[in-house]
Amino acid sequence: MALAVVIVLLVIATVIFHFASPWWFTPLASNWGTVDNTVNITFWVTGTVFILVNFFLAYVVIKYRYRKDNQALYEPENKKLEGWLTGITAVGVAAMLAPGLFVWAKFVDVPDDAAEVEAVGQQWSWSFRYPGKDGVFGRVDPSLFSVDNLFGMSPDDPHGQDDILVEGNEVHLPVNKPVKFLLRSKDVLHNFAVAPFRAKMDLVPGMITYLWLTPTQTGSFDILCEELCGMAHFAMRGIVTVEEENEFQTWLAGQPTFAQVAASPKADAVTGQATFAVCAACHGVNGEGNQALNAPKTAGGEGWYLKRQLHSFKHGLRGVNEKDIYGMQMAPFAATLADDAAINNLVAYIEGLPNNPVQQTVTGDIERGRNLYANCGACHGMDGKGLWSQNAPRLAGVNDWYLIRQLQNFKQGVRGGQAGDGHGKQMVLMSVMLPSEQDMNDVVAYINTL
Amino acid sequence: MAYVAIADQEHELHDPHSFVTKYIWSQDHKVIAIQYSVTAIVMGLFGMGLSMLMRLQLAYPDTFSFITPNAYYQHVTMHGMIMVIYLLTALFLGGFGNYLIPLMCGARDMVFPFMNMLSYWMYLLSVFLLMTSYFVPGGPTGAGWTLYPPQSILPGTPGFDWGIIMMLASLAVFIIAFTMGGLNYITTVLQARCRGMTLMRMPLSVWGIFVATIVGLLAFPALFVSAVMVGLDRLVGTSFFMPAILSAGQNLDYQGGSPLLFQHLFWFFGHPEVYIVALPVFGIVSDLLSCHARKNIFGYRMMVWAIVAIAALSFVVWAHHMFVSGMNPYFGFFFATTTLIIAIPTAIKVYNWVLTLWRGNIRYTVPMLFAIGFIFTFTNGGLTGLFLGNVTVDLPLSDTYFVVAHFHMVMGVSPVLVLFGAVYHWFPKITGKMFNENLARWHFWLTLLGTYAVYLPMHYIGILGVPRRYYATLGASFIPDSVQTVNVNITIAALTVAAAQSLFFINVIWSLMKGKPAGSNPWNATTLEWQTPDTPPKHGNWGPKLPEVYRWAYDYSVPGHSQDFIPQNEPPSSHSATASEHGRH
Amino acid sequence: MQLSTLVIALLTAVLVWTLLIRRLSAKPWIQAGAIDAAHNAGPTTLPAAKIGLWIFLGVITSLFALFFTAYMMRMDPHHAAGVTWVPFDKPAFLWVNTLLLILGSLSMQWARTGESQGRINTLKTGLTASGFCIIGFLVGQIVAWNQVREAEFFALTNPAVGFFYLLTAVHGLHILGGLWVWAGATLRIWRADKVISASLTVELCTVYWHYLLLVWLILFGLLLST
Repeated sequence: MALAVVIVLLVIATVIFHFASPWWFTPLASNWGTVDNTVNITFWVTGTVFILVNFFLAYVVIKYRYRKDNQALYEPENKKLEGWLTGITAVGVAAMLAPGLFVWAKFVDVPDDAAEVEAVGQQWSWSFRYPGKDGVFGRVDPSLFSVDNLFGMSPDDPHGQDDILVEGNEVHLPVNKPVKFLLRSKDVLHNFAVAPFRAKMDLVPGMITYLWLTPTQTGSFDILCEELCGMAHFAMRGIVTVEEENEFQTWLAGQPTFAQVAASPKADAVTGQATFAVCAACHGVNGEGNQALNAPKTAGGEGWYLKRQLHSFKHGLRGVNEKDIYGMQMAPFAATLADDAAINNLVAYIEGLPNNPVQQTVTGDIERGRNLYANCGACHGMDGKGLWSQNAPRLAGVNDWYLIRQLQNFKQGVRGGQAGDGHGKQMVLMSVMLPSEQDMNDVVAYINTL
Repeated sequence: MAYVAIADQEHELHDPHSFVTKYIWSQDHKVIAIQYSVTAIVMGLFGMGLSMLMRLQLAYPDTFSFITPNAYYQHVTMHGMIMVIYLLTALFLGGFGNYLIPLMCGARDMVFPFMNMLSYWMYLLSVFLLMTSYFVPGGPTGAGWTLYPPQSILPGTPGFDWGIIMMLASLAVFIIAFTMGGLNYITTVLQARCRGMTLMRMPLSVWGIFVATIVGLLAFPALFVSAVMVGLDRLVGTSFFMPAILSAGQNLDYQGGSPLLFQHLFWFFGHPEVYIVALPVFGIVSDLLSCHARKNIFGYRMMVWAIVAIAALSFVVWAHHMFVSGMNPYFGFFFATTTLIIAIPTAIKVYNWVLTLWRGNIRYTVPMLFAIGFIFTFTNGGLTGLFLGNVTVDLPLSDTYFVVAHFHMVMGVSPVLVLFGAVYHWFPKITGKMFNENLARWHFWLTLLGTYAVYLPMHYIGILGVPRRYYATLGASFIPDSVQTVNVNITIAALTVAAAQSLFFINVIWSLMKGKPAGSNPWNATTLEWQTPDTPPKHGNWGPKLPEVYRWAYDYSVPGHSQDFIPQNEPPSSHSATASEHGRH
Repeated sequence: MQLSTLVIALLTAVLVWTLLIRRLSAKPWIQAGAIDAAHNAGPTTLPAAKIGLWIFLGVITSLFALFFTAYMMRMDPHHAAGVTWVPFDKPAFLWVNTLLLILGSLSMQWARTGESQGRINTLKTGLTASGFCIIGFLVGQIVAWNQVREAEFFALTNPAVGFFYLLTAVHGLHILGGLWVWAGATLRIWRADKVISASLTVELCTVYWHYLLLVWLILFGLLLST
């Protein structure tokens, strides 16, 4: 009757759904195909049980429905039957467990020739470190973390000098070479997960955890954090790019070592002043901004943030989307800065400019904005003054019309949509929480009070 | 001086007289059971509301500005904790445990009625403390129901300042309440069974609740320990679980603590907790199936042994929640093995449920519908557990929607189906009225089909790799747009299921007012609670004389008897079938 | 973690054996009939409150076993996190407290003996003495706490310090709970007509004090040796 029919239909529908479903594992990009095999074995065993048990259930539901002249069988137990069922179940369980344990043994045992890469997780971004030519990671000392030493590298350890430091949420790997990821967290629990690799592992502050794999496909794959790490957990993303060995070496050579970072020449604000003359035309003589020319205030901005933005404009990470009219104007100006030294000098000069309050043009519901801002404050600081450790610039004292425009740009992916702009991408994700213009006005109106 | 068993003692019944002592400060287990149940169900509705908010955000990400990331994680956390602890544990043990144990054992009440009453009010206090989270600065904690440090007590997680304290305080009070109730259930089962009620003559409902209570009394201390220690880390700056941390650019004072220690303690509680919910469910559904199929439960002894085995094994599987936690990976071998072993007694129970129906005489009453629905959904959910328990398979699936789908099937769908089946089954005894059949059947179909529609596709997006606890998954290149369609469909199904629950409440209220009188044993069941002289049972349950039990709880369709059931307290008649006719042995 | 599992396993085994093993092999569908008292597989004849107390002691054992396990796991020098554990000398005053607790147990036992032999004065004296000893213990614990607080090595981030306070506090709270019951029994006994009904309470109090003494001895030993 109805229930039996429904059960049969549900089983059939489930089986059809299973085979018709486009949602299955992503194409495998690592050596862990044995994981997929174990999953498949499990599916076959459990699927068989699912079908058999439920078809039998449907059968008994029809056959043994109540009839007045009928009597149910009085059989308190049937040891033989129960014994057989227990035995068959045990066999089925062993059939699934055995391959699982075999593969796990491989996962636990890292090959000797695996190269090592360190993945550093923090709220809410990724950075990476390679051990460099000496193959040994330098010592990290948490007390040394600062805006100039994001990895907390100890200058006293010679092994650290050649460590290659990679910021910006992106890591590269050579294809077909085994690699062991050493996982370190600066603050809370995180998890390094790349779906096509199949492997994932938590990052635990206070210890180094690991996972290993051999990437087998070239391409770019998303890194997702998969251990709840706070409000922006969903926005903690990275990219792992797998490429041929020679491309990998080229990329690696372009990344700075700790020695290079530590030895960068001191920025010269006087040289920077000369460069600034060009900027002043739009941004104002004192970097105070000019709304009519759509140029935001740059005075009062953090050095590290200004450097990153100039770098982004210069290298096509920002200001390339055709809808980013004003961003596109910045690209040629950034191009006039020949190298990082030029950027550093310019920024050193800007840092010396007076930080005056801005005119407020946006109105909104400040109380509502306060509630919304509680989310932003986790990175940008509850006082809106920014947090270098969270890669979040100050918002207080920034032109409110500029904030609105950037929020809109983030929302549409006009900013933050470029490959390589990991921090921008994070803002695209965060902007999901502001569906309407009113929400943006409210939060910016609140920021104006900070 | 010889001690007289409680059952044989002249029992002074202190009948309550005023409205307040009858219905508010009541020491009557039936009233306390209803107090627990109503409170738990109200909490469940609130938790269901929270899940609707979560589903709305997932289906329509760019729409609701009042669901900010902070709010979303607060909903996730409160939904989880409320459902697991304040609904399921409280309802199955505090609600069903309180109502059924004395009645099914032939006792007049629990052995410590005053402490029983106190346990309810402590539970209510714990609920109050939890809900206060919504009124403290920062709001409730958004750390996930697992409350993992360090993030649960650090800025960056909503409620890290006050909300987490309220949560921990609430849990501590709940654990005290649970202990008080638990002492009652165990002691009553051990001491207050009426004459003739041996342990092996008890119905499986009592076995399930009894063993679950033992598990709870041994496991909840682990939650207490971890809650106190994380509370101290937060309030006074100890470093039990807090290692050196860089927060907002500053090195905090903590050092050397171990976040993994918290996880071990939490899951040492957390895994047995799911069996604290599941074992009463297993027991109750056995009785529903047996009664409505007019057939003894198949393999009663094995069912009891399986309950005990599952309870014991539940203490050695906890780290399957920690396979990718960074713990010593060699532990993975051990815990995968024990976890898959625990599948065996569980599977035996599933076979025995189906075999109970086999060659039965099945009445498709509303409780039977829900019981069969349980078998279907629990088989599904239990099987997906085999994926996650196998360490290698857990590797890609951990922290994805596959996990969410699995635990909702086994904790949300199956137990809730039994919950409804049980309420419909005992409604006539508790209220003296029959419920409305039509409404109940609609309720069943919408709930079964709706919840299946919610959770079946969820497994598959989990296999794809869609992570759980994500406010938004946009921007992950391997997640196609079709997943968003799945999310929308799941949300619509979920909203439908939520709306369908109103049928249950309408039914309860309507039936209370206008239901047909039920008589004392409308289902012709054998167990003692149906043999009370009054329906609903009065204070003291049995009238002047306690019942005496002569047979086990499953004498249905006994050959040679004119009726297809024999109540447990019916004496053997002179021409009744002898032992050798009672099936093979 | 192994310790706790072992304790749980032991407790379960004991429980399972005493209550169930003997009885779970019965086939209840056979022998429909009254169970007569001689073959009584029914409820045991112990007072409910006594069973309740023993079960409660099982719960407390689980609680302390878990605390001790957490203590040892956090201390583990092989664990990367354990490195910050700095052992310290526990205040000598704890020996005084231990003595007080032992005296308290002894007095309570004496009181109980007096009660069972109908010697009411012994009962009353024993009760009073044990009360003083236990209260003295609690006061002494607070003294020890202050000594640690004033000491040079005091640092809450040192888990050895944190656990010292935590474990003694949890033990102390359980003592307080026992004092509450003790107070009730003592009051009843001073109203002479209630002596008989307090007999069970005195017995259970005695068991509880002895149990908490045992827990203290283990805890003290743990604190001293680490």
